[in-house]
Amino acid sequence: MSLLLDTATVLLVLAGAFFFLAGTVGLLRFPDALSRLHALTKADTLGLGLIVLGLLPQMGSLPAALKLVLAWLLVQLASAGASQLIARLIHAGDANGPRS
Amino acid sequence: MMGVFDIALALLVLGVALMVVNAAETRAAVIAFIALGLLLALVWVRLGSVDVALTEAAIGGGATGILLLRACGRLRPSVSDTPQPGLGVRAAASALPTLLTIAIASVVLSPPTPAPSLAEAAAEALPDLGLGNPVTAVLLGYRALDTLLEKVVLLLALVGVWSLTSDGLWGGAPAELADGAAKPPLLLLARLLPPFGVVAGIYLVWAGADHPGGTFQGGAMLAGMWLLAMMAGLAAPPDTGNPRLRFALFVGPAAFLLVGFAGFLIADGFLAYPPGLAKPLIVAVEAALTLSIAVIIALMVAGPAMKAPR
Amino acid sequence: MNPATLYGLMTAGLIGIGLFGLIVHGTALRKLLSFNLVAAGVLLLFGVAAQRGAGAGFPGDPVPQAMVITGIVVAFAASALAVALLLRLLDVEREDDAP
Repeated sequence: MSLLLDTATVLLVLAGAFFFLAGTVGLLRFPDALSRLHALTKADTLGLGLIVLGLLPQMGSLPAALKLVLAWLLVQLASAGASQLIARLIHAGDANGPRS
Repeated sequence: MMGVFDIALALLVLGVALMVVNAAETRAAVIAFIALGLLLALVWVRLGSVDVALTEAAIGGGATGILLLRACGRLRPSVSDTPQPGLGVRAAASALPTLLTIAIASVVLSPPTPAPSLAEAAAEALPDLGLGNPVTAVLLGYRALDTLLEKVVLLLALVGVWSLTSDGLWGGAPAELADGAAKPPLLLLARLLPPFGVVAGIYLVWAGADHPGGTFQGGAMLAGMWLLAMMAGLAAPPDTGNPRLRFALFVGPAAFLLVGFAGFLIADGFLAYPPGLAKPLIVAVEAALTLSIAVIIALMVAGPAMKAPR
Repeated sequence: MNPATLYGLMTAGLIGIGLFGLIVHGTALRKLLSFNLVAAGVLLLFGVAAQRGAGAGFPGDPVPQAMVITGIVVAFAASALAVALLLRLLDVEREDDAP
């Protein structure tokens, strides 16, 4: 049982890391600021979700697992808000775009 | 396996530090600095100091980052990012830093053995103070005088920031932190996050007695929530001459001093705690300190007064 | 090598990079950034000492950790004062240039 859980953890965390990598590749390769922002937000949120899912079996207790899920939800909220604000700036033409 | 992670983290920290120093735009350098703050928090966890990691993430990365980012925004129109010095200048300038790096590295590679440590001494009196977290015991018990003086230094720094206002504006409010029209995403964040943040901040202070946490970390989180509300336009920066504000600033060091002088009467000396009452006194002092720290941090980011007092 | 020595070497590099930035840049804000790098590095040296002094069941010697926490907060206060000075200087220069 624990071997199964550990395998699930490793696979899910690797998948999450792959999505982070994909997001970073998008950050480096996409032509303009809005598409880079899109790639980063989407891929990073999914990647973090997979990593959290993968770490859940390793938590010792239910409260710790719930704290992890809460952390994920807060990161989603904050990154959604932040990317909306950056997108507004880009749309208004003020920002130079995220650094590549 | 942990060795690979440590090496990767160390190289990443050095890489981001090089980005901070070599970035062409100031804003890029500040954002890299914020990222560096978070990476350093990870390094602190790997060094076994979780309290310091929390403080570094909250104050070193977060509060300093906000401060520098706002300064960068205000400086942008007038200060042109001066052209980067040429290769020759950079090569000459790297002589002294290289020497310093080699010197420090040689010290690190030949440390004193056995490692000097005060951990045993710190652990001895821990049950008397009723605390489980040794760092809190050091901050508020063994070296409480240092913490008291540090509070006073914080207050003096805030007075220093306030003193940079024009003569006629003393006592007024700092400039609005919100710029321009209300932005719905920021308003949503400023309405949703503060309840969580306030609970988390107070929890950090309460849990700091036995687990990693403490007044600085909790106070920084509370300051962050207030700053978020001010930046969204939901709250206006208060007048710096407001009596309630001044009371909030004053209550932390005052409570600490009161407990300190009471130590003459009920215990051995200045800032000594009587055996049974140590934990309640420490918690009371921590509560007052957290309020003061939160207000001080937020006001230091807000800056000196820019409007006439009401 | 144990983590403390590895991070100690990283800290030596960090302080060197910070000092390089302090020398090379002309604008005050960049110098302030580099100075913060040096400060973070020096505090990390305390952390390395704390890690080496682990004992009595703690993961690190608590006394250097407490000093580092104090140091981080005071460094923030110093940065805040520096930024306020910088912005005030800018305002004064603008007033002088205005008419």
